Amino acid sequence: MKAQLSLIVNGETHEILVAVHKTLLEVLREDLGLTGTKHGCELGECGTCTVLVDGEPVLSCLALPLELEGREIATVEGMATAGELHPLQQAFAELGAAQCGYCTPGILLTAQALLAETPTPTRDTIKQALAGNLCRCTGYTKILDAVELAALRMRGAAGWAAQIPRAT
Amino acid sequence: MTKDRFTVIGQPLPKIDAWAKVTGETRYADDLVMPRMAYAKLLRSPHPHARIVSVDTTRARAVPGVLGVITGYDLPPIKFGILPVSQDEEALCREKVRMVGDAVAAVAAVDEETAERACELIDVVYEPLPALMSIEESLAHPEVRIHEYGDGPNVHKNVALQFGDVEAAFARADLVREDVFFFEGNTHLPMEQHAAVAHWGPDGKLTLWSSTQTPHYVHRLLAKILDVPAAHIRVIAAAVGGGFGGKLDPFAHEIAACKLSQVTGRPVKIALTREEVFYVHRGRHPVLMWIKTGFTREGDITGCHLKTWLDGGAYGSYGVASTFYTGVINPVTYKMPVYKFEGARVFTNKPPCGPKRGHGTPQPRFALECQLDKAAEQLGLDPADMRRRIVAEPFTKTANHLTVTTIGLEECIDKVVEASGWRTKWRPWAGRASTPGARRRGIGIGCSAYMTGAGTAIYWNSMPHSGVILRADRSGGVAVLCGATDIGQGSDSILAYLPAEVLGIDPKDIRVHPGDTDLTPVDLGSYSSRVTLMCGIAAIQAAERLKSAIAQAVAAKLETTPDALVFRDRKVGVPDDWDKAVSFADAVALGESMHGVLAFAGSYAPPKRAGKYKGGGVGPSPCYSYSASVVELTVDAETGEIELHDVWIAHDIGRALNPLLVEGQVEGSVYMGIGEALMEAQVFRKGVHKTPSMLEYKSPTTLETPEIHTFLVETDDPEGPFGAKEAGQGPLLPVIPAIAN
Repeated sequence: MKAQLSLIVNGETHEILVAVHKTLLEVLREDLGLTGTKHGCELGECGTCTVLVDGEPVLSCLALPLELEGREIATVEGMATAGELHPLQQAFAELGAAQCGYCTPGILLTAQALLAETPTPTRDTIKQALAGNLCRCTGYTKILDAVELAALRMRGAAGWAAQIPRAT
Repeated sequence: MTKDRFTVIGQPLPKIDAWAKVTGETRYADDLVMPRMAYAKLLRSPHPHARIVSVDTTRARAVPGVLGVITGYDLPPIKFGILPVSQDEEALCREKVRMVGDAVAAVAAVDEETAERACELIDVVYEPLPALMSIEESLAHPEVRIHEYGDGPNVHKNVALQFGDVEAAFARADLVREDVFFFEGNTHLPMEQHAAVAHWGPDGKLTLWSSTQTPHYVHRLLAKILDVPAAHIRVIAAAVGGGFGGKLDPFAHEIAACKLSQVTGRPVKIALTREEVFYVHRGRHPVLMWIKTGFTREGDITGCHLKTWLDGGAYGSYGVASTFYTGVINPVTYKMPVYKFEGARVFTNKPPCGPKRGHGTPQPRFALECQLDKAAEQLGLDPADMRRRIVAEPFTKTANHLTVTTIGLEECIDKVVEASGWRTKWRPWAGRASTPGARRRGIGIGCSAYMTGAGTAIYWNSMPHSGVILRADRSGGVAVLCGATDIGQGSDSILAYLPAEVLGIDPKDIRVHPGDTDLTPVDLGSYSSRVTLMCGIAAIQAAERLKSAIAQAVAAKLETTPDALVFRDRKVGVPDDWDKAVSFADAVALGESMHGVLAFAGSYAPPKRAGKYKGGGVGPSPCYSYSASVVELTVDAETGEIELHDVWIAHDIGRALNPLLVEGQVEGSVYMGIGEALMEAQVFRKGVHKTPSMLEYKSPTTLETPEIHTFLVETDDPEGPFGAKEAGQGPLLPVIPAIAN
């Protein structure tokens, strides 16, 4: 059985006709051509397919588009705006936090949700937030470093640097 | 040689593909879509060992939407395997299955669901055979034969090497230890499941896009398996979402996709499920090890005798090499004047084991390093001091005729000993071992060596192991064509950095075109830590040739000699007269005017250093990397629960071409070693994988991975490109025994 849906992805509204049992992961990749969202298990175990729904991390392999009409869905393709990378993307690239790059989109979005809620996370907070995202390449070190750097820069943009007394 | 000499080398630059990776633009095999593309599924055996009585595809063919169904009888009756000596696989089994997960048929349909449903309607009649599940069972039941070839019933390969008289060496020793160790099997678990897209065009030519680490070997073997001229086959390595050795063999799904494309006249995609990836495997061999070593009072090794038994699983894969690797690299780390090694690989009805990061060496490294600690304890020696004392001599030959060049292991040991506070921890904590209380803090050390590229190819030949073509034109841009495959380690970036360094341009000016058997010179593949060294040297050679041609033309224009010219900051000129320097683009234009099209090749073949004995081809490498690691942890003496606190690791990298990438490789290796030591295990029940999912097969998350403190030691090896050695595998090795110790 197919259903006609209106999905909002990265701010764009898509009118689509899809089988009702198709997962959000499948619809994003196969119907909308947004292959930036990856799959590692399709069973909700690895975190690779994470997207944001109304700002919250959601495993797209377990989500049904049928239930997401009218919600704001964000994928990695929507992170950069007007050709400018999100500070997380910039930091991941600069610090070598993406090796094979396959888990990267899911981790970027999970981190984006974290930083939206907790702009000054400790390393332990970042570890907790990313505990559901497996990465087999990096040993997580550079990923944690990159999230810290991005958080620092995002706070800096909001005048954070001026508020903290610095050793001269 | 000082660092100032370099402008690109040694800089912590982002990888050239980093931008595509952080924006989701990188295209992995399963991201590829083509017009009219069909989707395929494999029907796999539910039995670990069975005779195939019949396969009836009638019902499957009748399903609407099914475009093609094939069995083993639709393929030429040719067995294959990655090693010439182990041609024992079939893409689709005809008469017998040897493991749960062996493919027997394949379906292409308009979508994946239809293909899957049709697979369920293929009627296969099996006659189950007794299944052998362990080394012991396989050796105890010679009446059951998994394969008809090998060195004995269910013995795939026996190897034996002896260098000197071990009995005499033991007689000379003050302490002789005999120990038995077992190393459990585990798998690569790359985040990307294997996928492939095949297109057999109307011109009779076949193109395969695949998540493979070895497009060249897949190319060669497809020609053999499909009985099609290699000249009509093109293999393109898509971006690989993690390999670790798991994408080094030609696989059933790749072959089935090709054949189904021919049968249906459409492009065919096949993407494995996570469960299938667990069965495809080719991961770490479970190895049983017996090791006897003689030590002097001071801790010197007088001689060592090692026996290994490998549980190979159902097929040969790289197993003969794996078997040798459990023995031959061992004498590279420490002085080991006398050495005897016997290895045996046994077939079992489980997924085939093969090359996983460290290929055959983590298992004996674990055994040797643990035994070394036990010996140190008996001799009353500090295990760090003892190791430092017996480090192998640089620029020598080992007992088994391997040539070693630079060795930075002493410095590696010093770094981790100092950084970890070993001196204030090890002795006091060791003395406290008998104090009451369940939770005890401990600190341990391990060391290792690993090769930087296998000195011989998988099939015997005298051609280059790696080739690079550089093409420059008046745009000032340079194209690099090389058959290497970036599996996340950063080989594409290395292929940009090295020519950029030679030509004095920005790595951004260079476009890298990897892994395409139509366009790129052969590179053997991303395995054995060979890519940076072999492609790197080939790239430098090509760049030097290009530079020389350009210099000749610029020298004519500036009325000077080519060797007076310097290439830097995208300019070419005489340092004392830099105002007259021409832009790199203009310099290339002058070169094009003088020579015509500027395209130059470089190639690399390792020095021929194979020992003059049977098996001497496994182990030689242009140079070896060295690592030392210290681990601090708390163990609950009652439950055995272990909590890691810190890992210190120092790695002799020769030269860090990009320290950021090297650190990434070291950290990833440490992480993978931790997973192997503490969490990851493959368990089978009647041939069925007990944990074929990412939830059940436990691997470290951010929470289980401790802080990793990395130190890079540079030894500037004469064999490496700008002195570099490998980083991708060696640093895994010392971590496992350091945890155990």
